[in-house]
Amino acid sequence: MNMWGKLSWAAIPYHEPLPLVSAAVVGLVLLATIAWVVAKGHLPYVWKEWLTSVDHKRIGIMYVILALVMLLRGFSDALLMRAQQAVAVNAPGFLPPEHFNQVFSAHGTLMIFFVAMPFVIGLMNFIVPLQLGARDVAFPTLNSVGFWLTASGALLVNVSLVVGEFARTGWLPYPPLSELAYSPGVGVDYYLWALQISGVGTLLAGINLVTTVLKVRGPGMTYLRMPMFCWTTLASNLLIVAAFPILTATLAMLLLDRYLGFHFFTNDAGGNMMMFMNLIWAWGHPEVYILILPAFGIFSEVASTFSSKPLFGYRSMVVATMAICVISFMVWLHHFFTMGAGPNVNAIFGIATMVIAVPTGVKIFNWLFTMYGGRIRFNAPMLWTIGFMVTFVIGGMTGVLLAVPPADFVLHNSLFLVAHFHNVIIGGVLFGLFAGYEYWFPKAFGFRLHEGLGKAAFWLWIVGFYVAFMPLYVLGLMGMTRRMQHYNVPEWHPWLLVAAAGAVLIAIGIGLQVVQLVWSIRHRETLRDRTGDPWNGRSLEWSVPSPPPMFNFAVLPNVEGEEAYWAIKQRAIEKQALRPEPDYNDIHMPRNNPVGFICAFFSTLMGFALIWHIWWLVILGFVCAYATFVVFAWRDVHEEPIPASTVAGIDRENRSARREALANLQPVT
Amino acid sequence: MSAAEAVLPAHPPSRGREHSHAAGLTEHESHASSVRIVVGYGFWIFLISDIILFAAFFATYAVLSESTAGGPAGRDLFDLRLVAIETACLLTSSVTCGLAVLGAQARNRRLFHAAMAVTFVLGAAFLAIELHEFADMIEKGAGPQRSAFLSAFFALIGCHGLHVTAGLLWLLTMMAQVVAKGYREDILRRILCFALFWHTLDIIWVGLFSLVYLVGMTA
Repeated sequence: MNMWGKLSWAAIPYHEPLPLVSAAVVGLVLLATIAWVVAKGHLPYVWKEWLTSVDHKRIGIMYVILALVMLLRGFSDALLMRAQQAVAVNAPGFLPPEHFNQVFSAHGTLMIFFVAMPFVIGLMNFIVPLQLGARDVAFPTLNSVGFWLTASGALLVNVSLVVGEFARTGWLPYPPLSELAYSPGVGVDYYLWALQISGVGTLLAGINLVTTVLKVRGPGMTYLRMPMFCWTTLASNLLIVAAFPILTATLAMLLLDRYLGFHFFTNDAGGNMMMFMNLIWAWGHPEVYILILPAFGIFSEVASTFSSKPLFGYRSMVVATMAICVISFMVWLHHFFTMGAGPNVNAIFGIATMVIAVPTGVKIFNWLFTMYGGRIRFNAPMLWTIGFMVTFVIGGMTGVLLAVPPADFVLHNSLFLVAHFHNVIIGGVLFGLFAGYEYWFPKAFGFRLHEGLGKAAFWLWIVGFYVAFMPLYVLGLMGMTRRMQHYNVPEWHPWLLVAAAGAVLIAIGIGLQVVQLVWSIRHRETLRDRTGDPWNGRSLEWSVPSPPPMFNFAVLPNVEGEEAYWAIKQRAIEKQALRPEPDYNDIHMPRNNPVGFICAFFSTLMGFALIWHIWWLVILGFVCAYATFVVFAWRDVHEEPIPASTVAGIDRENRSARREALANLQPVT
Repeated sequence: MSAAEAVLPAHPPSRGREHSHAAGLTEHESHASSVRIVVGYGFWIFLISDIILFAAFFATYAVLSESTAGGPAGRDLFDLRLVAIETACLLTSSVTCGLAVLGAQARNRRLFHAAMAVTFVLGAAFLAIELHEFADMIEKGAGPQRSAFLSAFFALIGCHGLHVTAGLLWLLTMMAQVVAKGYREDILRRILCFALFWHTLDIIWVGLFSLVYLVGMTA
């Protein structure tokens, strides 16, 4: 038997220049970055302060960087598809079918699992302990392991570009197409192992954040004093804990089918492929709420801050969030009304789907009333929020339309559906993430992003979005199905050209965001925020310096009501004095350690070996990953003290900046 | 101290470095939950997610239990006598696992190691019987490739078996840790988590035993 399993030089797609060239470019950029880090002597810093960090803020930032890099990859896939469909009328286009199928599969997989998920989890990681008045999450090392496992999965998906192939089965690998009989290559295996590994990472993040919100709140931070983002984090992570095990089990069954000849979803021997649809969507529908709920939380924070008002209907918002959390588990069947479950079952799931629009509507009205009568500042985060409110309402209404089973029978699997879910995921999740990115960037790095470029990027994105996706609604009504490599209906062509133009507008928007980031870093001194409260914020993350020190709070704040920081600030403005200086003590923080990084390294090896049937490497990877944990469990020193003098130094500097700013702040009545 | 804390004498203010904020303890921070509570709580959340994993396999088994594709059904294959022995092994091991926790809390090395060793033997015996059952079925041509019912059966029981294997590995690691490091606070917490894990496997087995074997024999 071959030592390297199924792996051979033939696995590298020499005959396909597109993936090879793009991978070579990415590889060169990566190598150049590493070479730069090493040459400049930054490697010890990067290793000690970032790669092995267990600080929730650093991990959060790394999550967001991973998401932004993968966004570029996923978006280039989108451009390829729009370009292909713009030219492939009565013609083969430039992407052969087997390649086109990999592109749409990789696009969906990357965007959901390696853009939206890490972006959401990264922001929650960074912000939630700060908002709760806590020093860290409940399990800092597990947090690091979770991040690195996610990165490991992302790496595997991208390795498939040059070694072997990716799945051609869509972002959810429906059997029987994804079974060995019809997909004999390694593409589906890449998909499955990448998701199994990153799925464990997501589950760890979920457990960690649920425990953090429920058990590691600061003094006085009762449930109904938590900022809205903490509530949506709680709901979202409860859904992760409840839904991701179903994904793990479902993908494990497909793996057993493919590797050991089991018959869960096969055509023969009693297998039942519709069970896959049920199981995958029992995870998949909660998944969309895992993504959108934190975005709702971000919009709540932004709407209230930039309207200079408390969030309208805070308690109804909490109830709506938790209602969505529960109902999201009762609607999965609307993803396959055409299965043939019968009119009664379809009617129940259709009604449940419409019901979930009610708490969502409550939220929209709450944001509107938050803005009503407020002194609104139209900074970039607020623009994303308003853009979301308009766009998401449209996406929500087409969703309710699709929830009507007879309409769904017509629109199922058409571009109408594609338009709908991009409408809610771009217009909801992504706009929310961008709002959060602009809003919390000064907190993370101590300087703002360039305002004008941010606004320009917003306008290109939103106009580009409408130009790219409104034609897809029309095309869906004209009968165009999704995932078409070529077509021979000339009436569709103009609409697809418009859609392609929209994608170009979005591309310019993304380009402006890159320029904004680079420009802001280079001019960071002019954009510096010394107070730590650049937006006149209301929750506790704005009470600490930017970037926050490793220990977050010099002394844990005592929360006495909703909008904890706002109350403190108003009192300071009234008295024109900060609170008296507290007594500083030594603070003990968990030590950085490389467990997550090493563990993910071996997981990547193990995943790669499983994909290519290199069994000795699988065993080696597993043993090493386990050994890493045992070595970790053996260490004696878990924490290191930060001396009170250091704490006092950091806090005094920030207090003096705030004291200066105090004179310019007016009391709000 | 609030009333709630007063009724929880098991969680005294932590000593030394075991508490995240021990040295910098202020009147505010003493309200923070103790590490033990946070760890136990987080582990419960993990166990809930693990139970959901099993729920997915249970549901699949329920759907596929009739899909025998002309092959053998449960009543043709199951040997309730063996399953009864397996059950006895696992349930007894939960008792000894509980004794081990008591031994650790009393800092009684002999009780701890003896009880952990018995737990290991009982768990290993359970696994041996299960593997014997699997080998026997595969030999009869009733392996997981035979039908969807058997696929679901092997996956469900095998998933539990894998958990037991992981538990045994964990058990040995904990024994070694106690030998090497003694009853440190963090090691006691891990022993507590291990015990929770082991008891959960028991509960899941009760479900497996009832739904797969007992219902399978009567169906």
